[in-house]
Amino acid sequence: MISRHDFEADASGMNILSYLFKSSLGRKYIMAASGLALFAFVIGHLLGNLQIFLAPEVINRYAQFLKDNIELVWGARIGLLGCIALHIWTAISLSADNKAARPVAYADATPPAASMASRTMLMSGLIVFFFILYHLLHFTVQVEWVNGVEKTFHSLKTADGHHDVYSMVVIGFRQPLVALCYVIAVGLLCLHLSHGVGASFQSLGLKNKAWGPVIDTASKVVSFLIFVGYASIPLAVLTGIVGDSVAR
Amino acid sequence: MKLDANIPSGPLAQKWEKHKFDLKLVNPANKRKFKVIVVGSGLAGSSAAATLAELGYNVKCFCYQDSPRRAHSIAAQGGINAAKNYQNDGDSVHRLFYDTIKGGDFRAREANVHRLAEVSGSIIDQCVAQGVPFAREYGGLLDNRSFGGAQVSRTFYARGQTGQQLLLGAYSALSRQIGLGKVEMYPRTEMLDVVMVKGHAKGIITRNMQTGKIERHAGDAVIMATGGYGNVFYLSTNAVGCNVTATFRAHKRGAAFANPCYTQIHPTCIPVSGDHQSKLTLMSESLRNDGRVWVPKNKADCGKAAHQISESDRDYYLERKYPSFGNLAPRDIASRAAKEVCDEGRGVGPGGLGVYLDFADAIQRLGEDMIRERYGNLFDMYERITGESAYKQPMRIFPAVHYTMGGLWVDYNLMSSMPGLFVLGEANFSDHGANRLGASALMQGLADGYFVIPYTIAHYFASEEKNCPSTDHPAFDEAEANVRGIVETLLKANGKRTVRSFHREVGKLVWENCGMARSKKSLSEALKRIPELRAEFWENVNVPGSGDDMNQALEYAGRVADYMEFAELLCTDALKREESCGGHFRVEHQFTDKDPEVKNGYTNEGEAKRNDDKFAYVAAWEYTGPNKKWKLHKEPLKYEEVKMSTRSYK
Amino acid sequence: MNLTLKVWRQKGAADPGHFETFQPKGIVEDMSFLEMLDVVNEELIEAGKEPIAFDHDCREGICGTCSLVINGKPHGGQKATTACQLHMRKFGKWDTITIEPWRAKAFPVVKDLVVDRSAFDRIIQKGGFVSVGTGGAPDANCLPISKEVSDEAMDAAQCIGCGACVAACKNASAMLFVSAKVSHMNLLPQGKPEADRRVKNMVRQMDEEGFGACTVTGSCEAVCPKEISLNFITKMNRDYGCAILKG
Repeated sequence: MISRHDFEADASGMNILSYLFKSSLGRKYIMAASGLALFAFVIGHLLGNLQIFLAPEVINRYAQFLKDNIELVWGARIGLLGCIALHIWTAISLSADNKAARPVAYADATPPAASMASRTMLMSGLIVFFFILYHLLHFTVQVEWVNGVEKTFHSLKTADGHHDVYSMVVIGFRQPLVALCYVIAVGLLCLHLSHGVGASFQSLGLKNKAWGPVIDTASKVVSFLIFVGYASIPLAVLTGIVGDSVAR
Repeated sequence: MKLDANIPSGPLAQKWEKHKFDLKLVNPANKRKFKVIVVGSGLAGSSAAATLAELGYNVKCFCYQDSPRRAHSIAAQGGINAAKNYQNDGDSVHRLFYDTIKGGDFRAREANVHRLAEVSGSIIDQCVAQGVPFAREYGGLLDNRSFGGAQVSRTFYARGQTGQQLLLGAYSALSRQIGLGKVEMYPRTEMLDVVMVKGHAKGIITRNMQTGKIERHAGDAVIMATGGYGNVFYLSTNAVGCNVTATFRAHKRGAAFANPCYTQIHPTCIPVSGDHQSKLTLMSESLRNDGRVWVPKNKADCGKAAHQISESDRDYYLERKYPSFGNLAPRDIASRAAKEVCDEGRGVGPGGLGVYLDFADAIQRLGEDMIRERYGNLFDMYERITGESAYKQPMRIFPAVHYTMGGLWVDYNLMSSMPGLFVLGEANFSDHGANRLGASALMQGLADGYFVIPYTIAHYFASEEKNCPSTDHPAFDEAEANVRGIVETLLKANGKRTVRSFHREVGKLVWENCGMARSKKSLSEALKRIPELRAEFWENVNVPGSGDDMNQALEYAGRVADYMEFAELLCTDALKREESCGGHFRVEHQFTDKDPEVKNGYTNEGEAKRNDDKFAYVAAWEYTGPNKKWKLHKEPLKYEEVKMSTRSYK
Repeated sequence: MNLTLKVWRQKGAADPGHFETFQPKGIVEDMSFLEMLDVVNEELIEAGKEPIAFDHDCREGICGTCSLVINGKPHGGQKATTACQLHMRKFGKWDTITIEPWRAKAFPVVKDLVVDRSAFDRIIQKGGFVSVGTGGAPDANCLPISKEVSDEAMDAAQCIGCGACVAACKNASAMLFVSAKVSHMNLLPQGKPEADRRVKNMVRQMDEEGFGACTVTGSCEAVCPKEISLNFITKMNRDYGCAILKG
């Protein structure tokens, strides 16, 4: 028997925050919005990093600019940390729900038509998360034991006494293992983005018949360009295209 | 048994208005004191349950499907008629009424049909308000198409899925009432008996098909909207689960069964491909708007591919025989014409049981894209089933059992001969006479549910002493014992044959002897054979499993058990009706070249020949007991407005 | 044909269930998939065993009752086709075919291949309607609706509620079904007055039934026998967002 549900009481009793944090769609909005914010950061960060291909002073000046505006940088960092926290929380909470929704698996568990990127979002996301921790320790906190060189990055100074970011990056990426880790990680990041960016627009309802396909294609193309951009840095260092001026 | 049709007096066009005023009312505060049981959740059942709940009655609704949305109304493809005259092509309530009466070969009840035509417009209004996405013109107004048996465009449609959309509309209204707590819904529940208390239908016995539990439900009235009995033929376009059980068990309790021999054979179905076939698939009649029906002129060409047969060697037999209606001749006529050419040995495809429905001309005239837009889903369906593309070669079609005009006898108020038992939709007999026109079934189901029963049931409640028995009443004990008895007997039979083998056999027997052409000889043969088969069924059926959980073999066995008896009633009625009309064709009664109507060119040789002097009546059969002959009651058909004439679609 | 069938057998919701293997005889290519199962069941009954329970009714692809996962694909993976319309000619003569029920927490198994999909009905009861009583509707042509809007609503309304979308989704999400139902009504002017309330209530019920969330894999769209588009999910996401922002 289909029994009676209290229909009228349903509509009220939920304010906007509980809609956002409790409903599946609300959590998807949070995931999508935080994801898009992180995506914007990934692009900005890449543009900053690509200055490595110019003269060493350029990227060092950029680094010094950030240091000189530390309030803004911390503002951005707190925002990004908040986004990461929300992104991960929603990912774990939705994944738990999703797992619970299918208690018994099929004999052949590959879902039809789902792309590899879409099926591995949690895995690629988690690996990227651990990579970010490593990346922060490596280049931001500059912990010596993770960089694989017998040298602390804190000691690298430019002629005018500022931190020599250019040399740090070059020395850091001259370690083949480290460089490989970076290439793999940005590869996973971009796999994650190739599905995630389009899906975020979908989750936020920001697509339609006309520009939906454009967004999906663009998200794949941009993801690939991001991969090329990020991966080019360690590869350029390894192959000696960048960093001639830094002593071996 | 006394049959009173309760037709209101006065001029035909004012009967319903007058009757609505004469009907007693139940005041709004009192409505919640009445319980109504609705069996079936198709168009008629859902619309009735929803509307009665909206009015304030307490409704329990039952269906055998796992959701009310899956009732077989969902499969109707073509459309729904309404006398809106939006096309300005000469339609009117009176014309819809007349077309329906004439289409039914003058065997329907005039007053009922007129009421149907009157409320047809409101149905469209109601459905649009519910959000049914009918097809529209670019200007935003509703589109129409034409259908068999009419010369105006009055059919509203939603692609090839009109039944689905109308049912979803009724289901949404029903769902709203379930959500509000006014309807208690019982899916996967089968009605197995009606409970009579003091001569009135006051409850039902059901079996929960998921748990096997047998349950009692009491109410102030019982509405049955349980569809037709086409599956008695084994192969039909009905859903596999459609059955006669609810109506037949009510019949056994005293409700008269009317005109069972009026069965409709739909002309455009996909032909049978082999013995394994479990059902037949309909191709919408709307295809006949653009498709041309033909067979080779010469038997010798039947084996050739269609494109190898030149234009001059093709016989477009519908266009030839019925120039003014052409390919849109009514269903019974088109079906019989197909049978005729196949009997002549000019049929195409496996076993010579098929005719071509050719779209080549239409594709040339309108382009493949236009045809795809109109019928794309049907063409796809055809290809999935046959593996052939109808864009490249003509479809092969053959008639198949599709709808049953007969059903439980009801009066003008849709109440059966059993007081308190109302019957709606295909389950009753009232509106289509001996043949139903295309796009009229949806119209009737919704008319009964939305616009008739809400008025007439109130009158019943207001006229009778209020008496909803408790389910402890001895009548419930007796009915439950009866149901348990049937279930146990089936489970204990432990024979050798499967239920399906019996169903296939009885179906084949009925199809061959009481199908598109019937004769005294064939019917007598069937009537001899059916009781033997029935006896064998009870002896030798094999139903594995138990009655205490889901047991699909048991459900099926109960239904086939009823077909075994019903088949006999069907043939009895067909034998008694010594005339041909609509879906009932007796080979002894057809026009020959000696008849004046043929000589003066009004009709053709071989057309159905009615006998109005002797058979202008509704045959209502009373059940008298197991293995006993049925008793016939006649309700004479008095036509006040229309003159009975020989149907001509030339 | 000489097929090997691996069929899921389960006595009831509490039973863990297992696969059983059959090698049916007399299967021919013109049979539909369900007719093939009919043959298997006839053999089982004749051998005195319980037949395989499976849901089916219209056998013409419109009622949405049949619900088989065939070789890991709901309805067997033929484009725009329900299991009842799938024909054996699509299989190889010596194939091994695995048949399972829809698998989702919200669709508990009743028996063998039969599942309980009443969750869908409960979602509709929360708002899948226009609140209009019988009678009193204005003339149908009072409200012109552009053909584009009407056609798009029809695209959504075609959903047969079979649940293949849930069965296919790796998260057992019902988003395609719910969005089709919400969009059908919300697109049409008749459904606009209740649009916000409808989407909020239906999504809430969807969550309560225990369906997963959408991760935009597109599996649902790929297996949908009525080819309902993912665009309706986008639309529902938009409708829901607007509704909760309005409060």
